Amino acid sequence: MEIKREDILHLSDLSDFSLSEEEIEKLGGDLEGIIKYISQLDELNTDNAEPTYQVFEMENVWREDEILPQDATREQLLALTKEEKDNQIKVPKVL
Amino acid sequence: MKTANKTVTATRLVKDALEKAKHFEDYNIFTFINEEGALKKAAEIDAKIARGEKVGRLAGVPYALKDNFLSPEGETTASAHILEGFTSPVTATAVEKLEAEGAIMIGRTNMDAFAHGSSTESSYFGPTLNAYDKERVAGGSSGGSAVAVALDIVEFATGTDTGGSIRQPASFNGVYGLKPTYGCVSRYGVVAMASSTDCIGFFTKTPDDMSLLMSVASGQDPKDLTTLPDYYNDSEIKKAKKIGIIKDFYLKDSEIQKCLEHKCEELEKKGYEIVELEMPALKYALAAYYIIVPAEIASNLSRYDGVRYGFRSEKSDNLDDLYKNTRSEGFMPENKRRIMIGNFVLSSGFYDAYFLKAAKARTLIVKEYEEAFKKCDFILTPVAPNPAFKLGEKVNDPVSMYLEDVMSVPLNLAGVPGLAIPAGETSNGLPIGLQLVGPRRSDKSLIEFSKELM
Repeated sequence: MEIKREDILHLSDLSDFSLSEEEIEKLGGDLEGIIKYISQLDELNTDNAEPTYQVFEMENVWREDEILPQDATREQLLALTKEEKDNQIKVPKVL
Repeated sequence: MKTANKTVTATRLVKDALEKAKHFEDYNIFTFINEEGALKKAAEIDAKIARGEKVGRLAGVPYALKDNFLSPEGETTASAHILEGFTSPVTATAVEKLEAEGAIMIGRTNMDAFAHGSSTESSYFGPTLNAYDKERVAGGSSGGSAVAVALDIVEFATGTDTGGSIRQPASFNGVYGLKPTYGCVSRYGVVAMASSTDCIGFFTKTPDDMSLLMSVASGQDPKDLTTLPDYYNDSEIKKAKKIGIIKDFYLKDSEIQKCLEHKCEELEKKGYEIVELEMPALKYALAAYYIIVPAEIASNLSRYDGVRYGFRSEKSDNLDDLYKNTRSEGFMPENKRRIMIGNFVLSSGFYDAYFLKAAKARTLIVKEYEEAFKKCDFILTPVAPNPAFKLGEKVNDPVSMYLEDVMSVPLNLAGVPGLAIPAGETSNGLPIGLQLVGPRRSDKSLIEFSKELM
């Protein structure tokens, strides 16, 4: 399967990247090679197989519906961000 | 392992480990050295011992922590630029359990950024060098941890294994490395890569050390609802009789194959029966893995946006640019490849052909293991198709790097445990590792059985 420049730009957008021209070119080749490799799965007959999404033996593990103390305080979490104001995280303008 | 007592103090053990870490600085093993914190903890343990108080099973034992385990000691960066400056307010459950028994973290170890890689060359901090040959890779992603144990800097190190990240570096550096049964050890406070295959495990120099660490670290955790009810300490050690080898994994003209055959002969002499297994779907496990895991990575790594913690790009004047610039500057090329492949296999038009197809293939792989364990007790296979390769040899060819994982990923897709064991050396002195694979929850028996292969 051929991966075109517009495919790379679309995937870059889905991934929230802004790639340089050099990266677009390199990734195009890399991704084409990887997709070629994973496409060999076509050879495997999976007609009668149900999908497996997880291999954990248990389902619906419940816990008590109670409020437990948190491992980190609001102050500790806010201290991790670059800019804060009035107990809020500050970011550049949205629109 | 050596624990602290009245004559050999924790301070002595920690100082020795710190000195060795400094001595081997050129291997680029550590991303952070916990000198002050480790010595403080050692002094506390020594004071307890002096007072005659009870100390834990790992009292004063220095260990190395893979850089994707959260703890307030040092920055937790997963060796990625995007987490630079992140000092965690929370502590991983595994770390809490080890330290409650008196283990002392002397440093954080280098890894492929976000554990994406098989050589530790994809670290923001540069590669870790192999313990046996400085021109070769440490393996990965837990390369720093493997080398820290192999060079005898620490008694043990933690690792994570999503597709071989403990077993392959263990085999490249001649130490034991366990990927436990999926759900055996809590993943709370460990940087997520692919949630349906991520496992926490260890590097050690002996099977007994591994067993001790598993009895400390395993068990159900209310903070991780994908942990299994405790079974490790209560599980009976099953006596193995039949050992399976996988025909589909035959390596032509390989010293690793010869080593495997030699071990099988030894087992036969000891009265074990060797059973040949056909597992044709395993050949497709790597393709399925490199669909499922990138899909989960794309989802798990979408949280890194520069807003709440870690690195934030400074050249953005709106929020969308902040996300895009931060992620573009903060991720390594391999992180980007995996995120983009993940978004590709999940996108409309390709979902059925790739993600759904891989999930169905996964069912066949799980079934092949179930069938195999009706015919034998454990399976013995190579860990990787080759010993440690040269630095730079595969770094520009992602598919050849992925092929490193061809024999390790099937276990992660099936959730079964695997123990990498040192099994010999190549003619040019590189370690050869083999892996023992068992059914789910057979971790303890697997470790015990590995002594037969020492």
